[in-house]
Amino acid sequence: MATSTEPTWPADVFREIKARDIKTVCTIPDGGLTQLLKMVEADAGMRLITLSTEEEGMGIVTGQWLGGTRSMIAMQSSGVGNCINALGYPTALRAPCLMLVTMRGQWGEFNPWQVPMGQAVRPVLEAVGVKCFPVDRAEEVGEVFAAAADIAFHGQLSAAVLVSQRIIGAKGFGQK
Amino acid sequence: MSSAPASNKIQRRPFVADLLKLRGNALVVPGLGSPTWDIFAAGDSADYLYSWGGMGLAVPTALGIALAQPNRRVLAITGDGEMMMGIGSLAVVADQAPGNLGILVLDNERFSETGRQRGLTGSRTDLCAVAKGFGIPSTMIVTEHGKVGELAKYLFESKGPAFAVAKIAITEDPWRLPEKDGATIARRFRDAIAVASLK
Repeated sequence: MATSTEPTWPADVFREIKARDIKTVCTIPDGGLTQLLKMVEADAGMRLITLSTEEEGMGIVTGQWLGGTRSMIAMQSSGVGNCINALGYPTALRAPCLMLVTMRGQWGEFNPWQVPMGQAVRPVLEAVGVKCFPVDRAEEVGEVFAAAADIAFHGQLSAAVLVSQRIIGAKGFGQK
Repeated sequence: MSSAPASNKIQRRPFVADLLKLRGNALVVPGLGSPTWDIFAAGDSADYLYSWGGMGLAVPTALGIALAQPNRRVLAITGDGEMMMGIGSLAVVADQAPGNLGILVLDNERFSETGRQRGLTGSRTDLCAVAKGFGIPSTMIVTEHGKVGELAKYLFESKGPAFAVAKIAITEDPWRLPEKDGATIARRFRDAIAVASLK
């Protein structure tokens, strides 16, 4: 149950996941995904697959769809960079590939090492044919996720929801 | 620089053909390039997910299918270079521990498709030791064609995940190119699974 200090968007996304019978979430975790991943892990009807690198997710979701199960990938923006060649794989097989990406290097980023990939996420995803759904208001994450999921599964396309760092909050490591 | 693996005697085409005769109704996920040509050369089937790309994704794809279809055996057949590119996926396989997944690496210690440049499995890297280290409970190494029956038993009948390496010769095999359109390959594969599940 969300408390007053916890964001409510993870529960909104989880509700849309359940409504669409998505049964598997593949992940390399991110701080902003913590609550959602806990909900997935706690659900007896769902499977959380921890990856060693994000591009494995493109193979797993493709295999899951081939076998009749809906699945998705949840990752940090830096992970998108690991996936570019692999993103051609579900596209070639016309398999749906739904991604939930929590952004870094974008809004008040403290760590300059995150900025190059964070800024490149949308252009590189679009260059490889992924439909991007950026969202920067917490109360809209659930409905944006739902829209992306529907275009992915009904259109057999790749779609990425980009959750702004403005929603997640920048990690400041206690620095001013 | 390692020399050509002259000790590797297995001829890949007849070896893969004999293995597939023993697959029962197992679904087969070949890596891109030579393993795809090998299985198509042995005969076409809707149970084969031919691949023309996505290097490193044969094992993750087979894992996804195996978890979605727990009542079907699934076999990934790939090359040493493709396996190395997706090597971390063996940790994911060990973690998920699907009892119905087998993995076979056709290891000629070369990047065959691009000109037989040397790979990483010919000198010091031991794929079976790597798989064990990631937590795959058992492994098998095959160095002669006569073991194909034993290999089939291991890959198709033992409790998975199973991981085997076949040390194969460097051979000159004619290209055998299957369907290239991924949508067609995927549609046919999904239909075959759906039809089988109704029986």
